[in-house]
Amino acid sequence: MKYLYYPGCSQEVTAKNYDVSAKAVAKTLGLEMEEMENWNCCGVAFMVAELEVPGYAVPARNLALAEKMGAEQMVTVCPACHIALQKATNYVNDYPNVNKTVNEALGKANLSYSGKVPTRHLLEVIYHDLGLEKVREAVKKPLTNLKVAAYSGCQLTRPLGKELGSYEYPVILDETLQALGAETIDYTRKARCCGGMAMTTAPDVAMKLCWDILEEVTRKGAQIIVTACPLCQINLEGYQTQINSKFNKNFNIPVVYFTQMMGLAFGLPESELRMKQNLTDTGKVLETAAKGGK
Amino acid sequence: MPQTLTKAAPELEERVMKRLEEIPGSDHMKMCIQCGTCAGSCPVVETMDYTPREMIGLVKAGYLEEALRSNSQWQCVSCYLCTVRCPAEIKITEMLYAMKYLAVRENMVSPAAQKPYQMMKKFNDVLRTFGRSWEMWFLINYYVFGIVNPFALLGMTGFAANLFFKGRLPVLPPTQGGVDDLRKILSSVEKSEVQE
Repeated sequence: MKYLYYPGCSQEVTAKNYDVSAKAVAKTLGLEMEEMENWNCCGVAFMVAELEVPGYAVPARNLALAEKMGAEQMVTVCPACHIALQKATNYVNDYPNVNKTVNEALGKANLSYSGKVPTRHLLEVIYHDLGLEKVREAVKKPLTNLKVAAYSGCQLTRPLGKELGSYEYPVILDETLQALGAETIDYTRKARCCGGMAMTTAPDVAMKLCWDILEEVTRKGAQIIVTACPLCQINLEGYQTQINSKFNKNFNIPVVYFTQMMGLAFGLPESELRMKQNLTDTGKVLETAAKGGK
Repeated sequence: MPQTLTKAAPELEERVMKRLEEIPGSDHMKMCIQCGTCAGSCPVVETMDYTPREMIGLVKAGYLEEALRSNSQWQCVSCYLCTVRCPAEIKITEMLYAMKYLAVRENMVSPAAQKPYQMMKKFNDVLRTFGRSWEMWFLINYYVFGIVNPFALLGMTGFAANLFFKGRLPVLPPTQGGVDDLRKILSSVEKSEVQE
């Protein structure tokens, strides 16, 4: 199977390390992933909140291009893009009025979308299409010394679910990290929200949600948080200083992407992991991980 | 919240209910049993004027203005916990998006919701101009022209500088966002909205 890779806006710059490590990991695992060109923003939920039904034409433009190219499946690393794109596909298939409105709008740009291109998250492609055995085979430096909090967050599994696992207690991220040799902690907030965009509009609310997560994972001994979402990453990592001063705490825990952890275990170089682009110091974790397997 | 509610004027009710019909899944709201699972699941419920359960109750009972003027839909963080737990399979998150859309259309955006409202507007403006997100442009527009609080932008400089020095803050605008297509797609949509 050939996959069409939709990077998404965050992965262009603010989460460049996610993009680079995802592509490197896919290559190592032998996934055929071709990068899409000339894509537009998925519109997140903002386009739909402003325009409702016609708003689905924004993500659908990407899907129309993919369909035109003959792509079988789109793959993305951002849960928000995943939802926006897959929701557009679902609604074009399930609701005739959405299909009509979206295709009328796309028609103005000489495009059309018949709803035939599913969008999937890279994690589910690795877990289901390749299988964890393939992941285990690729491991060169097992992460045996690491205690990890696998943080799925909200939008990785909700509302799409299915192959991504349980809405309440998803484990595929845990199992993937265990396949790398890491130990994952059991905690209650693995699928709770980090506050998302509220970090900009209502920071007090979002910081409390982040505090809940940081407090539980550190109390349970995690040395690092691993996420599959660019927004979770930036909220949990980038605002630790503010959260510390607000709650009089001393959190200092790295937050990295699952693809960076995979690349680390596969022995990929820093140029493909881009750990130095993380805001927290990942050095200690890298050191611990390097001692793994003994 | 004990208070007197006012029924929507018939014209408003007709207009809003007609628009609501077009929205995927909105018919499921009729199935609401007012169990409160949504309200109990919501991570930000204490910041809302009305809980998600109350919002659905208000719409069903015809108290549309209360629902549209509330801050609830704007506080939602889109975590979908209510949606996946709802025993009546109501797409509650989507229904709150619908309440944003309707509030904008009816000119009833809560004054208390200026921040999330401006965020939506300014984000979509960036999309309309460049086809893709450009964080720097967005932040300037949001803080200076959106919520008109340039001082808050100054407060962001430390954070922005951190990202910048890590090569994670885009200085140049995106160039390849298919913006010509998007303009055609969106202008047709927006024209038909005006005609309506």
